Formats: sequence, C-alpha cells, structure tokens
Amino acid sequence: MRVAAIRDLLQAEVLAGESLLDLEVDMAVASDAMSAVLASPHPGALLITGLTNIQSVRTALIAYMSAIVYVRDARPNAATIQLASDRQLVLLATPLGMFDSCGILRNHGVKGAV
Amino acid sequence: MSEELLRRTFEVRGRDFESAGETSTDVTSVLKDIGVDPDIILRVGVVTFEAEMNVVMYADRATLSFVLSDDEITIEVTDQGPGIPDLELAMQPGYSTATDEMRERGFGYGLGLPNIKKNSDAFALESEVGKGTRVYSSIRLNVDG
Repeated sequence: MRVAAIRDLLQAEVLAGESLLDLEVDMAVASDAMSAVLASPHPGALLITGLTNIQSVRTALIAYMSAIVYVRDARPNAATIQLASDRQLVLLATPLGMFDSCGILRNHGVKGAV
Repeated sequence: MSEELLRRTFEVRGRDFESAGETSTDVTSVLKDIGVDPDIILRVGVVTFEAEMNVVMYADRATLSFVLSDDEITIEVTDQGPGIPDLELAMQPGYSTATDEMRERGFGYGLGLPNIKKNSDAFALESEVGKGTRVYSSIRLNVDG
C-alpha cells in the first residue's frame, strides 16, 4: 500500500516527507516502546506510535523504517520533524487512536511485523 | 591480525534526553558513507542507540568508542554511574529499574542490554556498584568468516 493511501485511510496530516508518499509499505509495527521496535527491526515497515519525542524518529531511522504514524493527534516538536525531513522519513499525524489505526490498516492488507 | 581503519570517540551526557541517539546517528551515517552492509549498520545502530539510552537514563556521563577494522566493528561504552548490582538480572529481558518518566520516553522496558547482546558477535558487560559500567560489543563484518 502506498503511504498516500495510508494517509487517506487514517485521515492523517503529513508532517514530513511530502515527496515520499509513493513509497510502498506492507508491514507495520505498533508500539510506544522503542526498544521493542529495535528488538525485532523490520526495514521498510511503518511505525505506529503515540511517542512523539526525537527518539521515535531516531528509532525509525536506525531500523530503516519508511514512515511513522503518530496517533491521537500527537505531534512531535519542530526539531524532530526537521530530523525526519532531513533524513527522508515520512511523518503522519492521525486523530485516530492506535487500536483503530491498526485495525483500519490491517483490514486493508497491511501485515503486522513480528 | 585485524587492521584498524577508523576510530571515533564520543562523549555521552547522562539525563540529556534531547541529544540521546545523536551518537548512533553519527556512527551509522559514517558507515553508510563508506558503503558498509546495511544489515551490519542496523546492528551497529541498535547497539549504539541502546547503549546511549542506558547512559542517558542511568549514568552521569560516558565515553563511547567506535572502531572500524577490516574484519569487525567494536563499540565500547564506559560510564560513570551507579553501576549494576546484579548483572545476570540486568540481562534478563523485561527486567528494568527504569522510572515511569523513562518509560514515557519509549525506553526502560528491560530490553536494552538484551538487544545489545543479541546484535553482537562478542559481548561483555562489567560493572562496579558506585563507579560505573562497561559494555563491549563486537560485530564481525564478514558473516562467512
């Protein structure tokens, strides 16, 4: 699924990486625990999280993830958005909660990364 | 005998959550620039990031040394901090002494040291209570070797 489709399904706003919405993502990890994400990294996957600090972006970059969806309308600060922009990482912010975000993407074929 | 190609030393400040992760970003950028295998960079990234977060959460300061040789990458972090009373317990996945504040920042779930070990070909952990902790990780560059 293209990141643009994820944006539309989750009624999300693009915070960074506007030019990268054609990226294909077929796997996702949902967690607020960055060590859990790093314990089983999935390059190219989507990270769904409520954690907005700069470590969310650093974690996604280290694990070669494609994009982050911040749930419950949580927004990272300007420095965090800037780091993502500089490093070509897509950031989306959705008003939906984590459960609904995961459910919608799962129903549209995105698989959970294990 | 391995030949040392590159050595970098970084200072990591305890309790500085905003900067936490900068060193791992710097280290992985260097490795990307010189064309190291992405799987290796991922492992180095996890080791350095987790080690940095441990320093930021628990210690006062630390020195992180990164050495690239022709056959391995070694990362050594020596901190000045409280030390770890029970190393076996600290290595148990899920065991943590982190505060709620640390967990709100996405770390402190008892996975840091196990993640470092899992991504290392050689791993060592030494600690002295009241003085500090040393973490050593080596990652081989030639997976067939």
